[in-house]
Amino acid sequence: MELLLEGLKKAIEMILSGDPEILEITLLTLKVSITAVLISTLIGIPVGMFLGLARFPGRKFILAIINIGMGLPPVVAGLWITLFLWRSGPLGDLAWLYTPTAIIMAQILVSLPIVTALTSTAFQQINPKLILQVKALGATKLQLYWILTKEVKLAILAAIIAGFGRVIAEVGAAMMVGGNISGETRILTTSIVMEVSKGNFDIALALSFILMTLAFIITFSLTYLQQRKRSL
Amino acid sequence: MITAKNLEVRAGKKVLLSIPHFELQEGEVLGIMGPNGAGKSTFIKALALLEKPSQGTIFLKGKDITNDLTLDMRRRFAVAMQQPLLLDTTVFQNVAVGLKLRKLPRQEVKQKVAYWLEKFQISSLAKKHGANLSGGEAQRVNLARAMVLEPEVLFLDEPFSALDFPTKVQLLKDIKSIIQQTNTTTVFVSHDLMELKFLADTLAILMDGDLKQTGPTEEVLASPNSSTSGFINDWQSLLN
Ligand SMILES: Nc1ncnc2c1ncn2[C@@H]1O[C@H](COP(=O)(O)OP(=O)(O)O)[C@@H](O)[C@H]1O
Ligand SMILES: [Mg+2]
Repeated sequence: MELLLEGLKKAIEMILSGDPEILEITLLTLKVSITAVLISTLIGIPVGMFLGLARFPGRKFILAIINIGMGLPPVVAGLWITLFLWRSGPLGDLAWLYTPTAIIMAQILVSLPIVTALTSTAFQQINPKLILQVKALGATKLQLYWILTKEVKLAILAAIIAGFGRVIAEVGAAMMVGGNISGETRILTTSIVMEVSKGNFDIALALSFILMTLAFIITFSLTYLQQRKRSL
Repeated sequence: MITAKNLEVRAGKKVLLSIPHFELQEGEVLGIMGPNGAGKSTFIKALALLEKPSQGTIFLKGKDITNDLTLDMRRRFAVAMQQPLLLDTTVFQNVAVGLKLRKLPRQEVKQKVAYWLEKFQISSLAKKHGANLSGGEAQRVNLARAMVLEPEVLFLDEPFSALDFPTKVQLLKDIKSIIQQTNTTTVFVSHDLMELKFLADTLAILMDGDLKQTGPTEEVLASPNSSTSGFINDWQSLLN
Protein backbone atom coordinates (compact mmCIF):
# COMPACT_ATOMS: atom_id res chain seq x y z
CA MET A 1 0.00 0.00 0.00
CA GLU A 2 2.77 2.33 1.00
CA LEU A 3 4.63 1.40 -2.14
CA LEU A 4 1.60 2.37 -4.24
CA LEU A 5 1.33 5.75 -2.58
CA GLU A 6 5.05 6.28 -2.96
CA GLY A 7 4.75 5.44 -6.65
CA LEU A 8 1.84 7.77 -7.14
CA LYS A 9 3.72 10.56 -5.41
CA LYS A 10 6.78 9.87 -7.50
CA ALA A 11 4.69 9.82 -10.65
CA ILE A 12 3.16 13.20 -9.89
CA GLU A 13 6.60 14.53 -9.06
CA MET A 14 8.11 13.23 -12.28
CA ILE A 15 5.26 14.59 -14.37
CA LEU A 16 5.25 17.98 -12.65
CA SER A 17 9.01 18.34 -12.81
CA GLY A 18 8.74 17.78 -16.57
CA ASP A 19 11.56 15.25 -16.50
CA PRO A 20 12.77 15.36 -20.12
CA GLU A 21 13.49 11.65 -20.23
CA ILE A 22 10.02 10.72 -19.05
CA LEU A 23 8.55 13.13 -21.56
CA GLU A 24 10.61 11.60 -24.31
CA ILE A 25 9.63 8.04 -23.38
CA THR A 26 5.97 9.02 -23.19
CA LEU A 27 5.98 10.82 -26.52
CA LEU A 28 7.76 7.94 -28.22
CA THR A 29 5.23 5.50 -26.76
CA LEU A 30 2.40 7.60 -28.13
CA LYS A 31 4.04 8.03 -31.51
CA VAL A 32 4.82 4.36 -31.93
CA SER A 33 1.45 3.07 -30.72
CA ILE A 34 -0.65 5.54 -32.66
CA THR A 35 1.31 4.95 -35.85
CA ALA A 36 0.95 1.18 -35.47
CA VAL A 37 -2.79 1.37 -34.80
CA LEU A 38 -3.28 3.84 -37.66
CA ILE A 39 -1.54 1.56 -40.14
CA SER A 40 -3.38 -1.50 -38.79
CA THR A 41 -6.63 0.39 -39.25
CA LEU A 42 -5.84 1.54 -42.77
CA ILE A 43 -5.01 -2.03 -43.81
CA GLY A 44 -7.33 -3.93 -41.50
CA ILE A 45 -10.60 -2.21 -42.38
CA PRO A 46 -10.52 -2.74 -46.16
CA VAL A 47 -9.11 -6.26 -45.82
CA GLY A 48 -11.64 -7.08 -43.11
CA MET A 49 -14.44 -5.68 -45.24
CA PHE A 50 -13.33 -7.75 -48.21
CA LEU A 51 -13.09 -10.93 -46.12
CA GLY A 52 -16.46 -10.18 -44.58
CA LEU A 53 -18.36 -9.53 -47.79
CA ALA A 54 -16.64 -11.54 -50.53
CA ARG A 55 -17.06 -15.25 -51.06
CA PHE A 56 -14.13 -17.08 -52.59
CA PRO A 57 -12.38 -20.38 -52.12
CA GLY A 58 -9.87 -20.27 -49.30
CA ARG A 59 -11.69 -17.49 -47.49
CA LYS A 60 -12.43 -19.58 -44.41
CA PHE A 61 -8.83 -20.66 -44.26
CA ILE A 62 -7.61 -17.07 -44.35
CA LEU A 63 -10.12 -16.10 -41.66
CA ALA A 64 -8.90 -18.94 -39.47
CA ILE A 65 -5.29 -17.82 -39.88
CA ILE A 66 -6.21 -14.25 -38.98
CA ASN A 67 -8.17 -15.46 -35.96
CA ILE A 68 -5.12 -17.40 -34.83
CA GLY A 69 -3.11 -14.22 -35.41
CA MET A 70 -5.26 -12.45 -32.82
CA GLY A 71 -3.60 -14.62 -30.21
CA LEU A 72 -0.11 -14.36 -31.66
CA PRO A 73 2.29 -14.16 -28.70
CA PRO A 74 4.13 -10.83 -28.94
CA VAL A 75 7.50 -12.50 -28.41
CA VAL A 76 6.84 -14.64 -31.49
CA ALA A 77 5.95 -11.50 -33.44
CA GLY A 78 9.15 -9.95 -32.12
CA LEU A 79 11.17 -12.96 -33.16
CA TRP A 80 9.79 -12.84 -36.73
CA ILE A 81 10.49 -9.15 -37.08
CA THR A 82 13.99 -9.67 -35.69
CA LEU A 83 14.70 -12.42 -38.22
CA PHE A 84 13.48 -10.16 -41.02
CA LEU A 85 15.46 -7.14 -39.93
CA TRP A 86 18.61 -8.97 -38.85
CA ARG A 87 21.72 -7.79 -40.71
CA SER A 88 21.74 -10.89 -42.89
CA GLY A 89 17.93 -11.07 -43.06
CA PRO A 90 15.74 -10.14 -46.06
CA LEU A 91 15.31 -6.54 -44.89
CA GLY A 92 18.67 -6.32 -43.14
CA ASP A 93 19.95 -3.58 -45.42
CA LEU A 94 17.38 -1.18 -44.07
CA ALA A 95 19.05 -1.26 -40.65
CA TRP A 96 15.70 -0.95 -38.92
CA LEU A 97 16.40 -3.30 -36.07
CA TYR A 98 16.58 -1.48 -32.73
CA THR A 99 14.76 1.53 -34.15
CA PRO A 100 11.21 2.76 -33.43
CA THR A 101 10.28 1.52 -36.91
CA ALA A 102 10.98 -2.04 -35.79
CA ILE A 103 8.71 -1.57 -32.77
CA ILE A 104 5.98 -0.19 -35.03
CA MET A 105 6.33 -3.23 -37.28
CA ALA A 106 6.02 -5.63 -34.37
CA GLN A 107 3.01 -3.76 -33.03
CA ILE A 108 1.34 -3.83 -36.43
CA LEU A 109 1.91 -7.56 -36.52
CA VAL A 110 0.05 -8.04 -33.24
CA SER A 111 -2.76 -5.53 -33.83
CA LEU A 112 -3.51 -6.03 -37.51
CA PRO A 113 -5.11 -9.46 -37.02
CA ILE A 114 -7.35 -8.04 -34.30
CA VAL A 115 -8.55 -5.10 -36.38
CA THR A 116 -8.99 -7.28 -39.47
CA ALA A 117 -10.79 -10.14 -37.77
CA LEU A 118 -13.18 -7.94 -35.78
CA THR A 119 -13.92 -5.82 -38.87
CA SER A 120 -14.66 -8.87 -40.97
CA THR A 121 -17.00 -10.19 -38.28
CA ALA A 122 -18.85 -6.88 -38.34
CA PHE A 123 -19.34 -7.04 -42.10
CA GLN A 124 -20.38 -10.68 -41.99
CA GLN A 125 -23.24 -9.74 -39.71
CA ILE A 126 -24.78 -7.37 -42.24
CA ASN A 127 -28.14 -8.59 -43.51
CA PRO A 128 -27.62 -9.65 -47.16
CA LYS A 129 -30.97 -8.05 -47.95
CA LEU A 130 -29.64 -4.70 -46.78
CA ILE A 131 -26.87 -4.99 -49.37
CA LEU A 132 -29.51 -5.61 -52.05
CA GLN A 133 -31.56 -2.70 -50.78
CA VAL A 134 -28.63 -0.29 -50.92
CA LYS A 135 -27.83 -1.49 -54.44
CA ALA A 136 -31.47 -0.94 -55.35
CA LEU A 137 -31.21 2.62 -54.09
CA GLY A 138 -28.68 3.18 -56.85
CA ALA A 139 -25.34 2.80 -55.10
CA THR A 140 -22.13 2.22 -57.01
CA LYS A 141 -19.78 -0.42 -55.60
CA LEU A 142 -17.81 2.24 -53.77
CA GLN A 143 -20.90 3.97 -52.44
CA LEU A 144 -22.19 0.59 -51.24
CA TYR A 145 -18.98 -0.09 -49.30
CA TRP A 146 -19.08 3.36 -47.77
CA ILE A 147 -22.69 2.99 -46.63
CA LEU A 148 -22.04 -0.45 -45.19
CA THR A 149 -18.97 0.83 -43.36
CA LYS A 150 -21.11 3.51 -41.77
CA GLU A 151 -23.63 0.83 -40.80
CA VAL A 152 -20.99 -1.10 -38.84
CA LYS A 153 -18.99 1.85 -37.55
CA LEU A 154 -19.65 0.92 -33.91
CA ALA A 155 -18.06 -2.47 -34.41
CA ILE A 156 -15.20 -0.99 -36.41
CA LEU A 157 -14.38 1.44 -33.62
CA ALA A 158 -14.49 -1.49 -31.21
CA ALA A 159 -11.96 -3.23 -33.44
CA ILE A 160 -9.70 -0.19 -33.33
CA ILE A 161 -10.04 0.09 -29.55
CA ALA A 162 -9.11 -3.58 -29.17
CA GLY A 163 -6.13 -3.14 -31.49
CA PHE A 164 -4.96 -0.13 -29.52
CA GLY A 165 -5.30 -2.05 -26.26
CA ARG A 166 -3.05 -4.76 -27.61
CA VAL A 167 -0.44 -2.30 -28.82
CA ILE A 168 -0.23 -0.11 -25.74
CA ALA A 169 0.11 -3.15 -23.48
CA GLU A 170 2.70 -4.89 -25.61
CA VAL A 171 6.20 -5.28 -24.17
CA GLY A 172 7.85 -8.52 -25.29
CA ALA A 173 8.17 -7.64 -28.95
CA ALA A 174 9.12 -4.02 -28.31
CA MET A 175 11.89 -5.19 -26.02
CA MET A 176 13.17 -7.70 -28.54
CA VAL A 177 13.13 -5.57 -31.70
CA GLY A 178 13.67 -2.18 -30.04
CA GLY A 179 16.22 -3.12 -27.45
CA ASN A 180 15.03 -0.55 -24.89
CA ILE A 181 17.78 1.87 -25.90
CA SER A 182 17.67 5.04 -23.87
CA GLY A 183 16.72 8.04 -25.97
CA GLU A 184 16.04 5.87 -29.01
CA THR A 185 13.68 2.95 -28.50
CA ARG A 186 12.74 3.13 -24.86
CA ILE A 187 8.99 3.18 -24.41
CA LEU A 188 6.86 3.05 -21.28
CA THR A 189 6.36 -0.71 -21.13
CA THR A 190 10.00 -1.56 -21.73
CA SER A 191 11.25 0.96 -19.20
CA ILE A 192 8.80 -0.43 -16.62
CA VAL A 193 10.31 -3.88 -17.13
CA MET A 194 13.78 -2.41 -16.76
CA GLU A 195 13.02 -0.38 -13.64
CA VAL A 196 11.39 -3.38 -11.96
CA SER A 197 14.42 -5.52 -12.71
CA LYS A 198 16.57 -2.85 -11.13
CA GLY A 199 14.34 -2.81 -8.07
CA ASN A 200 13.18 0.79 -8.69
CA PHE A 201 9.56 0.06 -7.88
CA ASP A 202 8.64 3.69 -7.30
CA ILE A 203 9.79 4.75 -10.78
CA ALA A 204 8.17 1.65 -12.30
CA LEU A 205 4.91 2.53 -10.59
CA ALA A 206 5.18 6.12 -11.74
CA LEU A 207 5.68 4.98 -15.33
CA SER A 208 2.78 2.56 -15.04
CA PHE A 209 0.49 5.38 -13.91
CA ILE A 210 1.51 7.40 -16.95
CA LEU A 211 0.91 4.40 -19.20
CA MET A 212 -2.49 3.75 -17.74
CA THR A 213 -3.47 7.39 -18.00
CA LEU A 214 -2.52 7.42 -21.68
CA ALA A 215 -4.43 4.22 -22.33
CA PHE A 216 -7.39 5.60 -20.45
CA ILE A 217 -7.48 8.93 -22.29
CA ILE A 218 -7.20 7.38 -25.74
CA THR A 219 -9.67 4.56 -25.10
CA PHE A 220 -12.06 7.01 -23.52
CA SER A 221 -11.90 9.32 -26.55
CA LEU A 222 -12.43 6.45 -28.96
CA THR A 223 -15.39 5.24 -26.91
CA TYR A 224 -16.84 8.71 -26.95
CA LEU A 225 -16.46 8.86 -30.70
CA GLN A 226 -18.13 5.47 -30.90
CA GLN A 227 -21.09 6.39 -28.73
CA ARG A 228 -21.57 9.92 -30.04
CA LYS A 229 -24.58 9.18 -32.21
CA ARG A 230 -27.82 7.36 -31.45
CA SER A 231 -29.02 10.08 -29.16
CA LEU A 232 -32.16 10.65 -31.24
CA MET B 1 -42.31 -0.91 -70.49
CA ILE B 2 -40.52 -4.10 -69.46
CA THR B 3 -40.46 -7.27 -71.53
CA ALA B 4 -38.69 -10.45 -70.50
CA LYS B 5 -38.02 -13.45 -72.69
CA ASN B 6 -36.99 -16.94 -71.60
CA LEU B 7 -35.98 -15.61 -68.24
CA GLU B 8 -34.28 -18.22 -66.12
CA VAL B 9 -32.67 -17.95 -62.71
CA ARG B 10 -30.79 -20.89 -61.26
CA ALA B 11 -29.02 -21.49 -57.99
CA GLY B 12 -26.52 -24.17 -58.82
CA LYS B 13 -28.56 -26.78 -60.68
CA LYS B 14 -31.85 -25.83 -59.08
CA VAL B 15 -34.10 -23.77 -61.32
CA LEU B 16 -35.66 -21.04 -59.18
CA LEU B 17 -37.38 -19.20 -61.99
CA SER B 18 -38.24 -20.07 -65.57
CA ILE B 19 -40.51 -17.60 -67.35
CA PRO B 20 -40.88 -17.86 -71.15
CA HIS B 21 -42.56 -14.50 -71.59
CA PHE B 22 -43.40 -11.52 -69.44
CA GLU B 23 -44.76 -8.14 -70.31
CA LEU B 24 -45.36 -5.05 -68.21
CA GLN B 25 -47.18 -2.07 -69.74
CA GLU B 26 -46.40 1.53 -68.96
CA GLY B 27 -48.64 2.75 -66.16
CA GLU B 28 -49.70 -0.78 -65.25
CA VAL B 29 -50.00 -1.85 -61.64
CA LEU B 30 -49.25 -5.53 -61.80
CA GLY B 31 -49.79 -7.78 -58.83
CA ILE B 32 -47.76 -10.94 -58.53
CA MET B 33 -49.23 -13.54 -56.28
CA GLY B 34 -47.95 -16.92 -55.29
CA PRO B 35 -47.21 -19.13 -52.35
CA ASN B 36 -44.05 -18.86 -50.26
CA GLY B 37 -40.98 -20.01 -52.11
CA ALA B 38 -42.66 -19.65 -55.52
CA GLY B 39 -39.87 -17.38 -56.75
CA LYS B 40 -41.53 -13.98 -56.38
CA SER B 41 -38.56 -12.27 -54.78
CA THR B 42 -36.22 -13.94 -57.24
CA PHE B 43 -38.34 -12.53 -60.08
CA ILE B 44 -38.25 -9.02 -58.65
CA LYS B 45 -34.48 -9.19 -58.16
CA ALA B 46 -34.03 -10.20 -61.80
CA LEU B 47 -36.39 -7.54 -63.17
CA ALA B 48 -34.93 -4.78 -61.00
CA LEU B 49 -31.44 -5.73 -62.25
CA LEU B 50 -30.22 -6.60 -58.78
CA GLU B 51 -29.21 -10.12 -59.72
CA LYS B 52 -28.24 -11.25 -63.17
CA PRO B 53 -30.46 -14.01 -64.55
CA SER B 54 -28.73 -17.22 -65.61
CA GLN B 55 -30.43 -16.96 -68.95
CA GLY B 56 -32.87 -14.85 -70.96
CA THR B 57 -33.32 -11.27 -72.00
CA ILE B 58 -34.91 -8.28 -70.33
CA PHE B 59 -35.97 -5.26 -72.39
CA LEU B 60 -36.73 -1.82 -71.03
CA LYS B 61 -38.77 0.17 -73.55
CA GLY B 62 -37.45 -2.13 -76.27
CA LYS B 63 -33.81 -1.87 -75.28
CA ASP B 64 -31.99 -5.01 -74.17
CA ILE B 65 -30.78 -4.32 -70.63
CA THR B 66 -29.94 -7.85 -69.51
CA ASN B 67 -26.20 -7.48 -69.70
CA ASP B 68 -26.53 -3.96 -68.61
CA LEU B 69 -26.68 -4.42 -64.88
CA THR B 70 -25.27 -0.97 -64.93
CA LEU B 71 -26.04 1.77 -62.58
CA ASP B 72 -27.87 3.93 -65.09
CA MET B 73 -30.46 1.24 -65.67
CA ARG B 74 -30.78 0.29 -62.02
CA ARG B 75 -31.24 3.93 -61.13
CA ARG B 76 -34.41 4.08 -63.20
CA PHE B 77 -36.06 1.64 -60.80
CA ALA B 78 -36.86 1.62 -57.12
CA VAL B 79 -37.47 -1.29 -54.79
CA ALA B 80 -39.15 -1.57 -51.40
CA MET B 81 -39.00 -4.89 -49.63
CA GLN B 82 -40.85 -6.53 -46.78
CA GLN B 83 -38.32 -5.48 -44.16
CA PRO B 84 -37.88 -1.70 -44.23
CA LEU B 85 -34.08 -2.13 -43.68
CA LEU B 86 -33.50 1.49 -42.79
CA LEU B 87 -29.98 2.80 -42.47
CA ASP B 88 -28.50 3.74 -39.11
CA THR B 89 -29.43 7.40 -39.39
CA THR B 90 -32.40 9.76 -39.30
CA VAL B 91 -35.61 9.43 -41.27
CA PHE B 92 -34.66 12.45 -43.35
CA GLN B 93 -31.28 10.98 -44.26
CA ASN B 94 -32.87 7.62 -45.04
CA VAL B 95 -35.19 9.20 -47.56
CA ALA B 96 -32.38 11.37 -48.91
CA VAL B 97 -29.91 8.55 -49.44
CA GLY B 98 -30.86 7.57 -53.01
CA LEU B 99 -30.78 11.20 -54.15
CA LYS B 100 -27.41 11.73 -52.51
CA LEU B 101 -26.05 8.64 -54.22
CA ARG B 102 -27.13 10.33 -57.47
CA LYS B 103 -25.27 13.44 -56.41
CA LEU B 104 -28.25 15.76 -56.64
CA PRO B 105 -27.68 19.31 -55.42
CA ARG B 106 -28.32 19.69 -51.72
CA GLN B 107 -31.18 22.12 -52.15
CA GLU B 108 -32.99 19.78 -54.52
CA VAL B 109 -32.50 16.86 -52.13
CA LYS B 110 -33.94 18.84 -49.27
CA GLN B 111 -36.94 19.93 -51.26
CA LYS B 112 -37.73 16.49 -52.69
CA VAL B 113 -37.33 14.75 -49.36
CA ALA B 114 -39.57 17.28 -47.67
CA TYR B 115 -42.19 16.76 -50.38
CA TRP B 116 -42.22 12.98 -50.02
CA LEU B 117 -42.13 13.00 -46.25
CA GLU B 118 -45.24 15.15 -46.47
CA LYS B 119 -46.82 12.81 -49.02
CA PHE B 120 -46.36 9.85 -46.71
CA GLN B 121 -47.38 11.89 -43.66
CA ILE B 122 -44.10 11.38 -41.86
CA SER B 123 -42.76 14.95 -41.86
CA SER B 124 -42.91 15.00 -38.08
CA LEU B 125 -40.53 12.03 -37.94
CA ALA B 126 -37.83 13.66 -40.08
CA LYS B 127 -35.31 14.01 -37.26
CA LYS B 128 -36.06 10.69 -35.60
CA HIS B 129 -33.60 7.84 -35.83
CA GLY B 130 -34.64 5.00 -38.12
CA ALA B 131 -34.28 2.47 -35.32
CA ASN B 132 -36.88 4.20 -33.17
CA LEU B 133 -39.87 3.87 -35.49
CA SER B 134 -42.92 1.63 -35.36
CA GLY B 135 -43.31 -0.97 -38.11
CA GLY B 136 -45.82 1.15 -39.97
CA GLU B 137 -43.70 4.29 -39.74
CA ALA B 138 -40.60 2.44 -40.89
CA GLN B 139 -42.45 1.07 -43.89
CA ARG B 140 -43.64 4.57 -44.78
CA VAL B 141 -40.02 5.73 -44.70
CA ASN B 142 -39.06 2.76 -46.86
CA LEU B 143 -41.72 3.64 -49.43
CA ALA B 144 -40.86 7.35 -49.36
CA ARG B 145 -37.23 6.40 -49.91
CA ALA B 146 -38.30 4.56 -53.07
CA MET B 147 -40.80 7.13 -54.37
CA VAL B 148 -38.47 10.10 -53.90
CA LEU B 149 -36.41 8.61 -56.73
CA GLU B 150 -39.37 9.07 -59.10
CA PRO B 151 -38.74 5.60 -60.53
CA GLU B 152 -39.92 4.54 -63.96
CA VAL B 153 -40.85 1.23 -62.40
CA LEU B 154 -41.59 0.70 -58.73
CA PHE B 155 -41.04 -2.79 -57.33
CA LEU B 156 -42.79 -3.68 -54.11
CA ASP B 157 -41.89 -7.01 -52.52
CA GLU B 158 -44.52 -7.69 -49.86
CA PRO B 159 -44.07 -4.33 -48.15
CA PHE B 160 -47.31 -4.68 -46.21
CA SER B 161 -47.17 -8.29 -45.03
CA ALA B 162 -45.57 -7.59 -41.66
CA LEU B 163 -48.00 -4.79 -40.71
CA ASP B 164 -51.02 -5.10 -38.46
CA PHE B 165 -54.39 -4.76 -40.13
CA PRO B 166 -55.33 -1.11 -39.52
CA THR B 167 -51.80 0.07 -40.34
CA LYS B 168 -51.83 -2.01 -43.50
CA VAL B 169 -55.20 -0.68 -44.65
CA GLN B 170 -54.18 2.94 -44.18
CA LEU B 171 -50.86 2.48 -45.96
CA LEU B 172 -52.50 0.57 -48.81
CA LYS B 173 -54.89 3.45 -49.35
CA ASP B 174 -52.09 5.99 -49.28
CA ILE B 175 -49.80 4.13 -51.63
CA LYS B 176 -52.66 3.51 -54.03
CA SER B 177 -53.43 7.18 -54.30
CA ILE B 178 -49.76 8.03 -54.67
CA ILE B 179 -49.25 5.49 -57.44
CA GLN B 180 -52.35 6.80 -59.21
CA GLN B 181 -51.35 10.44 -58.87
CA THR B 182 -47.86 9.80 -60.17
CA ASN B 183 -48.98 7.20 -62.69
CA THR B 184 -46.08 5.00 -61.63
CA THR B 185 -45.66 1.65 -63.33
CA THR B 186 -45.63 -0.82 -60.45
CA VAL B 187 -44.89 -4.47 -59.82
CA PHE B 188 -46.41 -5.46 -56.53
CA VAL B 189 -45.60 -8.83 -55.02
CA SER B 190 -47.84 -10.21 -52.35
CA HIS B 191 -49.27 -13.47 -51.11
CA ASP B 192 -52.32 -11.68 -49.79
CA LEU B 193 -55.28 -11.61 -52.15
CA MET B 194 -56.96 -8.79 -50.28
CA GLU B 195 -53.99 -6.47 -50.87
CA LEU B 196 -53.81 -7.45 -54.51
CA LYS B 197 -57.50 -6.97 -55.17
CA PHE B 198 -57.23 -3.49 -53.77
CA LEU B 199 -54.07 -2.37 -55.54
CA ALA B 200 -53.45 -4.38 -58.70
CA ASP B 201 -55.06 -3.77 -62.11
CA THR B 202 -53.61 -6.96 -63.46
CA LEU B 203 -52.64 -10.11 -61.68
CA ALA B 204 -50.02 -12.72 -62.42
CA ILE B 205 -49.95 -15.98 -60.53
CA LEU B 206 -46.44 -17.23 -59.92
CA MET B 207 -46.06 -20.83 -58.83
CA ASP B 208 -43.02 -23.10 -58.92
CA GLY B 209 -40.96 -20.45 -60.66
CA ASP B 210 -43.33 -19.82 -63.55
CA LEU B 211 -46.22 -17.47 -64.31
CA LYS B 212 -49.21 -19.80 -64.45
CA GLN B 213 -51.84 -17.21 -65.32
CA THR B 214 -51.88 -13.50 -66.15
CA GLY B 215 -54.75 -11.09 -66.82
CA PRO B 216 -56.94 -8.38 -65.36
CA THR B 217 -57.25 -9.05 -61.64
CA GLU B 218 -61.01 -9.65 -61.62
CA GLU B 219 -60.77 -11.96 -64.62
CA VAL B 220 -58.05 -14.13 -63.17
CA LEU B 221 -59.94 -14.43 -59.90
CA ALA B 222 -63.23 -15.20 -61.62
CA SER B 223 -61.84 -17.85 -63.92
CA PRO B 224 -58.68 -19.48 -62.70
CA ASN B 225 -57.14 -22.09 -64.95
CA SER B 226 -56.25 -25.63 -64.04
CA SER B 227 -52.89 -24.72 -62.53
CA THR B 228 -54.12 -21.82 -60.45
CA SER B 229 -57.62 -22.81 -59.42
CA GLY B 230 -56.55 -24.70 -56.29
CA PHE B 231 -54.52 -21.78 -54.99
CA ILE B 232 -57.01 -19.07 -55.94
CA ASN B 233 -60.07 -20.94 -54.72
CA ASP B 234 -58.48 -21.49 -51.33
CA TRP B 235 -58.08 -17.75 -51.04
CA GLN B 236 -61.55 -16.96 -52.35
CA SER B 237 -63.18 -19.32 -49.87
CA LEU B 238 -61.31 -17.61 -47.07
CA LEU B 239 -62.36 -14.11 -48.13
CA ASN B 240 -66.02 -14.90 -48.86
N1 LIG C 1 -29.48 -18.12 -53.33
C1 LIG C 1 -30.31 -19.16 -53.33
N2 LIG C 1 -29.84 -20.42 -53.40
C2 LIG C 1 -30.66 -21.47 -53.39
N3 LIG C 1 -31.98 -21.39 -53.32
C3 LIG C 1 -32.53 -20.16 -53.25
C4 LIG C 1 -31.73 -18.98 -53.23
N4 LIG C 1 -32.54 -17.92 -53.14
C5 LIG C 1 -33.79 -18.41 -53.11
N5 LIG C 1 -33.79 -19.75 -53.16
C6 LIG C 1 -34.96 -20.63 -53.21
O1 LIG C 1 -35.69 -20.23 -54.33
C7 LIG C 1 -37.06 -20.35 -54.10
C8 LIG C 1 -37.74 -19.03 -54.39
O2 LIG C 1 -37.37 -18.09 -53.41
P1 LIG C 1 -38.05 -16.64 -53.37
O3 LIG C 1 -37.92 -16.01 -54.68
O4 LIG C 1 -37.49 -15.94 -52.21
O5 LIG C 1 -39.56 -17.03 -53.09
P2 LIG C 1 -40.80 -16.10 -52.65
O6 LIG C 1 -40.34 -14.69 -52.65
O7 LIG C 1 -41.84 -16.36 -53.66
O8 LIG C 1 -41.23 -16.59 -51.31
C9 LIG C 1 -37.22 -20.82 -52.67
O9 LIG C 1 -37.43 -22.21 -52.70
C10 LIG C 1 -35.89 -20.50 -52.04
O10 LIG C 1 -35.60 -21.41 -51.03
MG1 LIG D 1 -40.23 -13.29 -51.08
